[in-house]
Amino acid sequence: MSSIGTGYDLSNSVFSPDGRNFQVEYASKAVENGSTSIAIKCKDGVVFALEKIVTSKLLVPGANQRIQTVDKHIGVVYSGLVPDGRHMVSRGRSEAYNWRSTYKQAIPVDSFADRLGSYTQAYTLYNSVRPFGIATILGGVDEDGPHLFMIEPSGSFWGYHGAAAGKGRQTAKNELEKLDLPNISARDAVNEAARIIYLAHEDTKDKEFELEISWVSASETGGKHQHISAEHLAEAKKFAEQATSDEDDMEE
Amino acid sequence: MEQSPINWGRPRDDIYGHYSDAISQAPNTHSLPKKHTQQPTVTGSSVIGIKFDKGVIVAADTLASYGSLARFDNMDRLTQVGDSTIVGIGGDVSDMQYVQRLLEELEIEENYDNSGDQSLHSENIFNYLSKVYYNRRSKMDPLWNAVLVGGVDSKDEPFLSHVDLLGVTFSSPALATGFGAYLALPLLRQLVPYPDSYKNVTEADARAMVEKCMKVLFYRDARSIDKYDVATITKGNVKIEKDIKCKDQNWRFAEDIRGYGRTTS
Repeated sequence: MSSIGTGYDLSNSVFSPDGRNFQVEYASKAVENGSTSIAIKCKDGVVFALEKIVTSKLLVPGANQRIQTVDKHIGVVYSGLVPDGRHMVSRGRSEAYNWRSTYKQAIPVDSFADRLGSYTQAYTLYNSVRPFGIATILGGVDEDGPHLFMIEPSGSFWGYHGAAAGKGRQTAKNELEKLDLPNISARDAVNEAARIIYLAHEDTKDKEFELEISWVSASETGGKHQHISAEHLAEAKKFAEQATSDEDDMEE
Repeated sequence: MEQSPINWGRPRDDIYGHYSDAISQAPNTHSLPKKHTQQPTVTGSSVIGIKFDKGVIVAADTLASYGSLARFDNMDRLTQVGDSTIVGIGGDVSDMQYVQRLLEELEIEENYDNSGDQSLHSENIFNYLSKVYYNRRSKMDPLWNAVLVGGVDSKDEPFLSHVDLLGVTFSSPALATGFGAYLALPLLRQLVPYPDSYKNVTEADARAMVEKCMKVLFYRDARSIDKYDVATITKGNVKIEKDIKCKDQNWRFAEDIRGYGRTTS
């Protein structure tokens, strides 16, 4: 960020004279430094993947899952400040629940994105709060098929074929663009997601990381969002390691 | 003092004149007191269930009656909850739908941080339901149902239990609610007379008996229909077959029923 706030960056909800909200831009900075998360929209579902930097050897492997289920058919992952993300997930769960108790049916994914988008946006409006330091990636399968959205700290959101946030987003986006989305199968998408996370991790190779993958697919999970099995994850890792080492060989 | 239950405790109208509600800002005392459900309205009839060596079969017809009127002929009364449980509900249909929503909510919340692993077993779902029903009867506002919970428990053993509007619970290798308790249960018990008998019953035998029971229920229960759903739960597998018709019906016996067949007097 080239310009300095010159006082207009101290309070949320205050515009600078050239029409910017600096607090929101700083929140985006927090997202850019977060660990990489991606999602791929495939033929009949959505696959989520996350690079989780191992901050301590004492952490239990596989614990502290960060891709979370919000309703049967919707998953959420985020990059940025983890506690902000946890809060967003909990808000998402109550939105999905409220929809069910009002309409007696599952919330459509676009309505869900709309609800969380409005919620995120509300946190740019008041000087008593700060914006969310996360980009929220949410996706799921409803009556109209698979959907994938990403919400930025400003509250704006778009639908995507493939979404990436966090440190490795640029690498990830380049790789996502090469895929044939959304015509890829869910199983292929899991492998590609693993490969992309491994690739996006190359720049911070010195740090250890854990791979987390979940999916929601009409054919593979019956329209329910769930983590892939341990065997499936091992398979995806193998594919990713193989693919990334092949790429290294080609460069040499 | 007024002794009638509606105005109990008020000054008597014939002595003191009509009581003014405005004095106490009391709600209108002349309307009837608040009443909870005292009878079901739209109802489903029997649910039957039987254990066999590897699992459980639960069946219920698809009729929802409004009094004696066959109001809806396509009501699904068997609900899958989790990966290994079927809940079959008889009695009030609106209460059934309420309970189905409770169970769906339970399932969603249970899966929030428990992705992929199966944690809701039949006995957990049954325990939850028994508490819901007992709690409501204790508020004198019962959910007007009789429920069978069938499935495979956490030890992979067949599970079958009953809970009703009073919160009464019991288990048996063969169970039936409503008219089924009189018409179907004796037939089912031919297969499983003792608690462990189900270990010698094959799925095919249990299935044949369930089909026989549903036919007998259609013959003799006037709130039933000859179309039913059957759920078969075995370890890691729940199979629901919908809209099965009663086969090989034989109404010869009807001729001998007074006022039904040829004998009109």
